Amino acid sequence: MVPVAFLVSVAVFSLIHLTPVDPAELILGEERTPEAVVALRHELGLDRPLPEQYVTWISHALRGDLGRSIRTNQPVTQAILERLPATLELGTAALAWSVLLAIPLGTIAALRRGSPVDVLATGFTILGVSVPNFFIGILLILVLSVNLRLFPPGGFTPLTDSIPDNLHRLILPAITLGTVTTAINTRFTRSSMLEVLRQDYIRTARAKGASWRQVIVGHALKNALIPVVTVVGIQVGAILEGALVTETIFSWPGIGKLAIDSIFGRDYPIIQGFVLAIALSYMLTNLAVDLAYAWLNPRISYA
Amino acid sequence: MSTVYEALAEDVAETPVSPPTTLGALLRTYPRVAVASALLLLLVLVTLLAPWIALHDPIATDPSNALLSPSAAHLLGTDELGRDLFARVIWGSRVSLPVAFVAVAVGLLVGGTIGLAAGYRGGLTDLLLMRVIDAVLAFPALILAIAIVAVLGPGLRNAMIAIGIVQLPVYARLMRAQVLSLKGLEFVSAARALGASPIRLIARHLLPNLLNPLIVQISLSAAAAMLAEATLSFLGLGAQPPTADWGFMMNTGAQFLNNDPWLALGPGLAISIAVLAFNWLGDALRDALDPRLR
Repeated sequence: MVPVAFLVSVAVFSLIHLTPVDPAELILGEERTPEAVVALRHELGLDRPLPEQYVTWISHALRGDLGRSIRTNQPVTQAILERLPATLELGTAALAWSVLLAIPLGTIAALRRGSPVDVLATGFTILGVSVPNFFIGILLILVLSVNLRLFPPGGFTPLTDSIPDNLHRLILPAITLGTVTTAINTRFTRSSMLEVLRQDYIRTARAKGASWRQVIVGHALKNALIPVVTVVGIQVGAILEGALVTETIFSWPGIGKLAIDSIFGRDYPIIQGFVLAIALSYMLTNLAVDLAYAWLNPRISYA
Repeated sequence: MSTVYEALAEDVAETPVSPPTTLGALLRTYPRVAVASALLLLLVLVTLLAPWIALHDPIATDPSNALLSPSAAHLLGTDELGRDLFARVIWGSRVSLPVAFVAVAVGLLVGGTIGLAAGYRGGLTDLLLMRVIDAVLAFPALILAIAIVAVLGPGLRNAMIAIGIVQLPVYARLMRAQVLSLKGLEFVSAARALGASPIRLIARHLLPNLLNPLIVQISLSAAAAMLAEATLSFLGLGAQPPTADWGFMMNTGAQFLNNDPWLALGPGLAISIAVLAFNWLGDALRDALDPRLR
């Protein structure tokens, strides 16, 4: 993981140096003078050799200092941390509804293979990964906000201000964000369950007279969910990707919206900080998933 | 109590069946592949025949006819600049399909070559190449694509490059895994013993055996590439106006949901159908070509 983390940090560091515009010119804006640009380049260390700049940047980054926003002069870490709770709330809600719907749906589809429920579930799994989440978001706004007026079309109320209002505004973005993962989880639960139901130990459990509930919940589901856990873990990446779009559609003030606004504002330090934070959390999640997999399935060993 | 014959029949049923070897057999045995292929063929025909299907100019504006409801003259109505939405949706396929094609080609050629080299050479080459691929994989795909576009600047060409780059790992890993599994087989050793050069070994013996998983992956990647392009354009980072692009049309359409929902619904349905066609085909082909997954 260390060599990969190093390569990731080099890639993220390079972002700002591959841009067609000089960061010093961007900060100074249209009114800049060549002397002021040179002075600022010196102050920011942009006139030093690249390896030296990298070492300075990474040593600051390891201490949580990712520089300052070009637009607002706010420290990047602070800007990200301020918006992180909104993204975490949305992501958790999306994953939660995804798991709560996908596991029963996938299980029922596997147990009644070929039935109308299975056909519906299988259809949903392919539609869910094919329909773009921004289209799902727009459809939800059109039907549930514009026509039926059941939910607000966007906006955010902090949990500390009003819990009911916060939850009311959370529902549409969470459904939008969670649809893709629900489709993937349903598919994995279904195929994993079908695989497990063919195993000898299920036949043994049935032969010894175990009840239907014991066989399905105690034996089949317990084993079938092991691969699903890994998939859910990996979906943190999908959730973060989806957050960019969902937060933009629903004006949800999370880090996804911050990133998109920063791209249009050419706020490269924020983009750099965002990409680094996402890559590191994604790598750590994958590591945690690997470890959880070994813990859940004793047959797997990384030793 | 089951008889020996029943047990044997059960074993035979569980034994993987060889995948169909001809296109005709594939389409006959797997109707899902035929239906998905037909849908895709329709999409390709619409793309090729766009100038004859869409009677209006997709770019020319006509403010006096802005935001008209769907009618016989304008099947999906007109947008905020008076452009015929049906024409724009049809012409939109001429953006999405080529983007998918180029992005998949970049991923396949560059990623595939990396995977082939890593798997075939092994050792230090494998170690170094795969660490670079791991580093690309450390980023969620869309976030990497957005970061690349942020650096290169918004636009369709840069979006294509970005989507191509994020496709690299999947082909590199697929090719490497396949080469590693094939490399130790007897027919490869035999060809090598007969004096086949590495190029001949790869071209004549390894690549033909890699085709099945590759075809499946190409179909699924094309779906992912179209989705990524539409998302980048929806966010304003891909195709720029006045290009008739499905993602960008949805971006504009989202602002008129209250009174003119068709502006978002038309392009939204078009993207969904196109992505569905590729996903469906990939899925059906995987079932057909890889008996272990059936």
